[in-house]
Amino acid sequence: MKIYPVGEMSLSVDFGNVISEEVNDQVMCLQQSLQKACIPGILELLPTYRALLVRYDPAQLTYEQLSGRIEKAGAEGNREISTTKEKLVRLIPCCYGGAYGEDLKGMEALTGLSEKEIISIHSGTDYKIYMLGFLPGFVYLGGMDERIAAPRLDVPRVAIPAGSVGIGGSQTGVYPIASPGGWRLIGSTPVKFYDPAAEKPILCSAGEYIRFLPVSEQEYRDIEEDVRRGTYQTEVIRE
Amino acid sequence: MVEMPGVLTTVQDQGRYGYMEYGVRTAGAMDMDSFLAANRIVGNPEHAAVLEMTLMGMTAVFDGDGVIVLTGADMKARLDDMPAERYVRIPVRSGQRLSMGMAQNGCRAYLAVSGGIDVPSVMGSRSTDVKCCLGGFQGRALKAGDVLETGKPETREHAETETARIPKERPVKYEHSVEVRVVEGPQADWFSGEARDQFFRESYTVSAESDRMGIRLNGAPVESLHGTDIVSDGIAFGSIQITKSGMPIVMMADHQTTGGYAKIGTVCSFDLPKLAQLRPEDRVKFCRISVEEAQYLYLHPEERRRSKPLALTMRTAGSSEAGERRRYRFQKYNYYYRHGGGR
Repeated sequence: MKIYPVGEMSLSVDFGNVISEEVNDQVMCLQQSLQKACIPGILELLPTYRALLVRYDPAQLTYEQLSGRIEKAGAEGNREISTTKEKLVRLIPCCYGGAYGEDLKGMEALTGLSEKEIISIHSGTDYKIYMLGFLPGFVYLGGMDERIAAPRLDVPRVAIPAGSVGIGGSQTGVYPIASPGGWRLIGSTPVKFYDPAAEKPILCSAGEYIRFLPVSEQEYRDIEEDVRRGTYQTEVIRE
Repeated sequence: MVEMPGVLTTVQDQGRYGYMEYGVRTAGAMDMDSFLAANRIVGNPEHAAVLEMTLMGMTAVFDGDGVIVLTGADMKARLDDMPAERYVRIPVRSGQRLSMGMAQNGCRAYLAVSGGIDVPSVMGSRSTDVKCCLGGFQGRALKAGDVLETGKPETREHAETETARIPKERPVKYEHSVEVRVVEGPQADWFSGEARDQFFRESYTVSAESDRMGIRLNGAPVESLHGTDIVSDGIAFGSIQITKSGMPIVMMADHQTTGGYAKIGTVCSFDLPKLAQLRPEDRVKFCRISVEEAQYLYLHPEERRRSKPLALTMRTAGSSEAGERRRYRFQKYNYYYRHGGGR
């Protein structure tokens, strides 16, 4: 664990320049330790793949003081990683293919797998959320099976609808708001990953897991209606 | 009512904080000093929403009475046919037209209206995130025909007292060549000592591709040890990313929360307003200081005018003679300031 200043109002706690579950677990664990410690002067915590950005008030804490507190929290937190680790899996209903996933058919040629097999593989993994970034509610997921990896489109789309589920290279994820992008769209979810009107505007948090649940067109429309009414709740499994 | 919007006019406040871990960028005023001054002089709460104008300002007609304040860049504002001065309260009446032109000095101007700009608050802020169509006025820059509401100003009594108490503040003059202080890290060790020395020696030119997301700079390439692709980590307002071609980009108000380029250092928050007022072809020089000094300067604004970094030993000598002299200088400056004396 290394600590670096990020100007005079933030610092970065870095665990290594890699994407790995182990490193990310340490980031999440430190975030939890610091949240529990409620240190006055700490304003905001931003977990990423491999570092925790800590925004703080220099009028309340010097860089040296905060570094010391973090080193202490880090040492204490490490003991907790192996003991308590509840896995929270959020089920995301996804209607695959057809009009809901325009690029799924084309992926058969790229992967050598049938649509059905791609769906089975894609929905058969629990994806860890390493961090959120790029757009509000955009999740960086880990653990996608390499068999369904596919390069980004040569010509990106000007507008990908919100709720689109896609694959870009070895990465999979969901577009929380309409955005240009080059990912291959394999399905759609009626669930809102970002909803400014909701009490909790962003659905997911780093450290949680996502599992895609294949649903039919009819089920998609029913859920969409519930979401519109504000009565839909994503199912969450704790393991 | 907006008649002509100008180049880029958006509703901004202090920024959207508390949601960075969810991918929500902070946005907010590029030049915090001018933003705060505008609200302070007009008598608004500290973080009331204002309009930020870029390069060329807007023309608008007022549909009611109120008080306005202009700060930041001088865009040769006129209220009807009279020049409208910056950094002073200006009463406006229904039907009056505010017209602004090209920035003569600096890049961004701020307009505060008594009561603040009244748009819905999204996740605690009225700032516009134009990339995500979030917040501000319908999530976008202003267009001709837009009508903006203002909030209810403080009571008349309060407003009158404030007029008497708040002196006219001295308008800021912006330079075409600035020096900004930087704390090294978090990926300073991705660059050799020589490369870092060079970075802090060289002068960089602002590219025309600069915007609210970043000030792109051209100049001597910064050479990295192993390339500049990092596994993404967090970005701050002021982070200096080095691109593949070795060019620095200073991340500004609309920076993404995470990014995959190595960051050689971070511009100190109190020097960010200087960058916010730069135009293409202006020049920047980076000055390296320690985080201890940066925090000292953050807490002691009166010390920031020094051109050379303070030696740490001077300060830690406690109430030395040097300390006494500094305090006297501060008091003297304030005396002139309050009594409107010139410099």
